[in-house]
Amino acid sequence: MLGSVTYLADTPPQLLPARELMAFTLGSHILLVPFGVALPFITLLMHYRGLRRNDAVALKLARRWSAVMAVQFAIGVVTGTVLSFELGLLWPGMLGRWGDVFGLGFGVEAWAFFLEAVLIAVYLYGWRRLKPWTHFWLGAPLPLAALLGAFGIIAANSWMNTPQGFGLDAQGEPTDVDVRQAIFTPMFGPQYWHFAVAMFMTAGYVVAGVYAVGWLRGRRDRYHRLGFTVPFTVAAILTPIQFMIGDATARAVFHKQPIKFAAMEIVWKTDTHVPEYLFGRLNSDGTISGGIKIPQLDSILAGFKPSTKVTGLTSVPASDRPTAVQATIAHWAFDIMVTVGSLLILLALWYGWCWLRRRDLPHSKWFFRSAAVAGAACLVTVECGWITTEVGRQPWIVYNRMRVSEAVTDTGAGALWAMLGLVMAVYLMVFAAFLAIILKMRTRWRIADETPTAGGAGDPEADTPYGPRAEHGPAPTGASPRGGPDRHGDGAP
Amino acid sequence: MMADFIAWVLVVVIAAYACGGGTDYGAGFWDLLAGGAERGKRPRWLIDHAMAPVWEVNNVWLIFVFVIMWTGFPTMFQAVFEAMWLPLALAAVGLVLRGAGFALRKPSRRLAQRRLYGAAFAIASLVTPFFLGAALGGIASGRVEVGTTASAHAWANPTSVITGLLVIAASAFLGAVYLCSDARRFGEDRLVDYFRLRALLAFAAIVVLALIALPVTHDDARYVWEGLTRGLGLLMVVLAAVCGLATALLLVRRSYGWTRYTSAASVALTVGAWGFAQRPYVLPTTLTVADAAGAAHTLRWLAFVTVVAVVLVGPALVLLYRLDTLGRLEPLTDADTQASGASETDG
Repeated sequence: MLGSVTYLADTPPQLLPARELMAFTLGSHILLVPFGVALPFITLLMHYRGLRRNDAVALKLARRWSAVMAVQFAIGVVTGTVLSFELGLLWPGMLGRWGDVFGLGFGVEAWAFFLEAVLIAVYLYGWRRLKPWTHFWLGAPLPLAALLGAFGIIAANSWMNTPQGFGLDAQGEPTDVDVRQAIFTPMFGPQYWHFAVAMFMTAGYVVAGVYAVGWLRGRRDRYHRLGFTVPFTVAAILTPIQFMIGDATARAVFHKQPIKFAAMEIVWKTDTHVPEYLFGRLNSDGTISGGIKIPQLDSILAGFKPSTKVTGLTSVPASDRPTAVQATIAHWAFDIMVTVGSLLILLALWYGWCWLRRRDLPHSKWFFRSAAVAGAACLVTVECGWITTEVGRQPWIVYNRMRVSEAVTDTGAGALWAMLGLVMAVYLMVFAAFLAIILKMRTRWRIADETPTAGGAGDPEADTPYGPRAEHGPAPTGASPRGGPDRHGDGAP
Repeated sequence: MMADFIAWVLVVVIAAYACGGGTDYGAGFWDLLAGGAERGKRPRWLIDHAMAPVWEVNNVWLIFVFVIMWTGFPTMFQAVFEAMWLPLALAAVGLVLRGAGFALRKPSRRLAQRRLYGAAFAIASLVTPFFLGAALGGIASGRVEVGTTASAHAWANPTSVITGLLVIAASAFLGAVYLCSDARRFGEDRLVDYFRLRALLAFAAIVVLALIALPVTHDDARYVWEGLTRGLGLLMVVLAAVCGLATALLLVRRSYGWTRYTSAASVALTVGAWGFAQRPYVLPTTLTVADAAGAAHTLRWLAFVTVVAVVLVGPALVLLYRLDTLGRLEPLTDADTQASGASETDG
């Protein structure tokens, strides 16, 4: 603890609020990212099924997911825009110095995101008046655009982890930029696949979790079955794949960012036959309190044999490595991520086993209870993965090239704390309102499904899946396709 | 050479944001002035329906502005964000409130909630473009240099204030012109006249502000002022004025077919004029395009990525605007998602 205090003493006072602000906004935004990246794919899958088999229930699900996506995507757009502001507002030193080396990834991301925004607008607003298959195929490139966007962001982040593709001139300024090298850095591949798969898994488990809850409450109709099965299958298939990718990623960190690996595994001194600690706390004198110690395992995991040499934190000066507290944070984040990942494997195997044997969902209530929390656990895991990579890199913003304290803005700490307070208040309201609206939508859909005669929502068969409705027949007021202002009471600001 | 090209890409993207984002902010401006819940019902309904499919796309342009700044001209990016800290931070908060307010207003059903979200959206629509404009004005008047620290002086000055107000007026003008066309598309004849009047008022406001700006900026933003009053800068200003006047004339004659194009052209040409006037500086009069440019290799790649993106995104964007103006894009209603309560009047 003392070490971290003296370390903080020679950092500028605005560093802490700047870091907290970045952490808070990115930590909030990252919760929406899985849905921005993968919800279109899951929805399209359901949509395809609905069109292909003329399945009204599947189409209803796809339409409802679209309605959720419309709100979620908007919140994701604004919280994402804030991050691009913050790169300048909080870390002008990083982009001022390195912008032309690694900024291009953001360029790719921005254009890919643009494409995604265009396509998603067409998709979300095309349900009513486009031809069914035209509508589907206009939405079909969405997952590709999302993956391309993730490519750009991960390229930038992995460059910060393993910077390359430039030389330094006499003043220490970057020269001779090689863009291809700067994009495809050693950590790019592992990080990209680990991230992309995590996004699809998380979105799958979260969406399936919603229907698992309904299932547990006794709503065991086809609607809930389908709403559970499609996203859950996507996530369950990806879970073991992700486990292998995650393992490979950790080993890539071991080779390319040994100090980060040392922090993740709280390894103090470089050694062979290094034990693995499950949780536990690293003290600033190098001792470890608590945790479960497994002899030899860390060396075995890193290099497949106990004699593997693992670099320790003390191999570099204290000013060039994470503090004991930071290492403990990265270690816990890493361990939570691995624990959740392992539990999800069991869940996926359970599901796969029942499916292979009986072509049916597991009957056990405990399966659905686990499935219901799997989504939340996945979101926690996403946060943990991000904390592992960011905290594990401290004190560097660009590994071994620029410290976070060198990149931070000159703006005073007071202004930053005030901004943090304001942003926290705004985000809290926005996310609370967002959740409230999603829950309200869910409630209204559930009520409509339980009482088929209520309101304008009849049984699925009465509605044609596409095309204008209610222009003939009993028009549900307030919901006609060309509803005028007199019928839509938009009485606000 | 390549740096000049990228600088022009930056100007074009800013112009696109001024048109797309501007229309959007303008719609928010009229939402703010639409009056109480009952009186403002119809215009707000139109604003919601006209904006919804395109607002996210309209706002993505801003992200490009930043990306091109930090990849193409990193020192300029750093200088601008350090000097303009407060207006840009407030603009970011404004963007969150605006986007969230707009997105959350539509699906919420209680009047009090709609009021709250709508207010956030509308007020932020006024504040955000003002601060962005103020930052631009500070740059144009030469108040940002490499190493300038954040201070009110950089953005609370005559040129910044007048630019901020001009940006608000221009977006109100664009918003009203586009809502006019949208009202026709939705068959809302009364709203056509409603927004026609407002478009003409906004145009008058622009003219008045421009006339005030001439003497005010003469000494305050000398370099850009001179660039705007001679050579290619002047030519662009004249063309912009012609387009603006044409829009006003067409509106007066109730011929709406071309107004969207002429109004957008006048705004885009104004941004272009600023681009010409500021040559060869990215930060007048201390940092030139050539000095601010990032690594040559990166600039080539940035140009390449831009060309690929134009090929990919261009057709998609045309498709979106086309489907939108053809009225093929509609939000999902309660009947589509089979939600309960579709029969009760919302609000």
